[in-house]
Amino acid sequence: MSFIRDTLMVFRRQERLALRNPAWVIIGLMQPILYLALFGPLLTRLPTATLGTTGNAYKFFVPGLLIQLGLFGSTFVGFAIISDWRAGVIERFRVTPVSRLAIMAGRVLRDVVTLVVQAAVLVLVGVAFGLRAPVAAVFIGFGFIVLVAVGLASVSYATGLLVKSEDSFAPLVNTVVVPLLLLSGIFLPMTLGPGWLQGVARISPFRYIIDAMREAYQGQYFNTIMVEGIAVAAGMAVLFLWLGSRVFVRENA
Amino acid sequence: MGIIEARGLARTFKSRKRTVEAVRGVDLSVGDGQIVGFLGPNGAGKTTTLRMLTTLLRPTAGTATVAGADLLRDPLGVRKRIGYVPQAIGPTMGGTDPSCLVLEELLDQAGLYHLRADQAHQRAELLIGQLDLTGLERRLVKTLSGGQRRRLEIALGLVHQPPLVFLDEPTTGLDPQSRSNLWEHIGRLRSDLGTTVFLTTHYLEEADVLCDRVFIIDHGVIVADGTPDELKRRISGDVVTLRVTGEDAAASKLLADQAVVREITAADGTLKLTVERGEQALPALLRVLDGAGITLESINLSRPTLDDVFLTLTGRSLRDDSPGQASRGPAGEPEPAVATKE
Repeated sequence: MSFIRDTLMVFRRQERLALRNPAWVIIGLMQPILYLALFGPLLTRLPTATLGTTGNAYKFFVPGLLIQLGLFGSTFVGFAIISDWRAGVIERFRVTPVSRLAIMAGRVLRDVVTLVVQAAVLVLVGVAFGLRAPVAAVFIGFGFIVLVAVGLASVSYATGLLVKSEDSFAPLVNTVVVPLLLLSGIFLPMTLGPGWLQGVARISPFRYIIDAMREAYQGQYFNTIMVEGIAVAAGMAVLFLWLGSRVFVRENA
Repeated sequence: MGIIEARGLARTFKSRKRTVEAVRGVDLSVGDGQIVGFLGPNGAGKTTTLRMLTTLLRPTAGTATVAGADLLRDPLGVRKRIGYVPQAIGPTMGGTDPSCLVLEELLDQAGLYHLRADQAHQRAELLIGQLDLTGLERRLVKTLSGGQRRRLEIALGLVHQPPLVFLDEPTTGLDPQSRSNLWEHIGRLRSDLGTTVFLTTHYLEEADVLCDRVFIIDHGVIVADGTPDELKRRISGDVVTLRVTGEDAAASKLLADQAVVREITAADGTLKLTVERGEQALPALLRVLDGAGITLESINLSRPTLDDVFLTLTGRSLRDDSPGQASRGPAGEPEPAVATKE
């Protein structure tokens, strides 16, 4: 099918460009590794009951960092499409018979691949620090961040293409991402918070996803938390993918 | 039927409270194998028209057939058959990625048109030779000179051997040498390959040198079309300036009686005549003066430029209208973002 062929073609081009300049992939990975090394040891001093986890604190912390990686890694990809748009590359592609949806899908695929590689490195570093989790849980966690990345990257590209200015895009993304991140209980469990904060935190979809990932890391695969997490992650991916694709396939741009 | 046939093509933009009619019914008929120039002041609707014809913008009214495919019903068919080279100066650039290698860009472009790998290599190799890019295959796009990068962008538009190629301001921002070099390449597209070239330009000289036919657009409608020579002849006529000793009143009277003279003014022994086909009229005029024993001091014949044509038709000179200037709509209103690329 030509959509798949076109997507793979765009993917290969973007992957080649990313590998030519791998600094960003490494910088993106530096942040969660710094958290792991410089913040993780603080958590290990807390009683594990506070973190709602058994075993050690990294079972709690690594899922959170994976989501943080996914959140930052994929919401900021829209920057790249702004410079592509400015270079005239998007317009050039849109005048060829290539699938307009593939222009987005190929990029999203590249971002997902990048993210999975980064996530694997992060988990390995976590293991070095003392993380012990079931292998199945690690893969379930990857599944979650793939869903998160597909949705967020799509919507980020679409937003970048609509906004067309880095100066507006950066504050916009920060305004949305930082509150969502804080309300997701990445660094400390939301259950530590007062009632109102716990209530507010219910609006963050990432809250459900992180909870589900933590359940998996505890070896719990079949319960309501898991179902909620999967539903939220899949729902968000589908909705955002659809929104993003609408911007790319429309006739006027 | 021509390779471009457009009827009543129009585009309105709605921004906040206003509706801007960027293009208000354009009719175009372009034959095969011509180089056609599309001229107009900023905000006249040039880029909007071009974007409609290349499927980047859906017309709000009108119909068109481009390279044999219906613009509205079969935009994919249009995309398969046309090449498009975006303008290089403005909010967006010419379409090459600074971090790509020259060869990669050509092969990727071939991929976008679904060429097989062996065909892609063959086309890339051929175009590298044709557009003087030999030796630059492994260079990053960002290290190319302006002229080299522009040639690469044109090569990208030709990868799939389209019968029709759109060039948006192909030479804007290039130094004079690169510009005339590019003119040669564009000229060769028509003479060697029979490609129809539809280009927009700010440079009247470019239209004059390069184009078989010129369309002038103003306020969203075509106000004139024809060969550059036809347009000049139709609109302005040639200006003959004569200096005579003393008897300018008599000379003026004599010349005014000649059928070829459209207009005449005389002051201080200088006669300014507007005539049709000056080079043919001049000998006869000189004989008339000679016959009356009037002595000439000097003669000057000046042909109108396309700029004179432009000025007559649009009330604006294209020369004052630098490409970097902010675009203004018909009523001096800024056009919405999508249309400000002229």
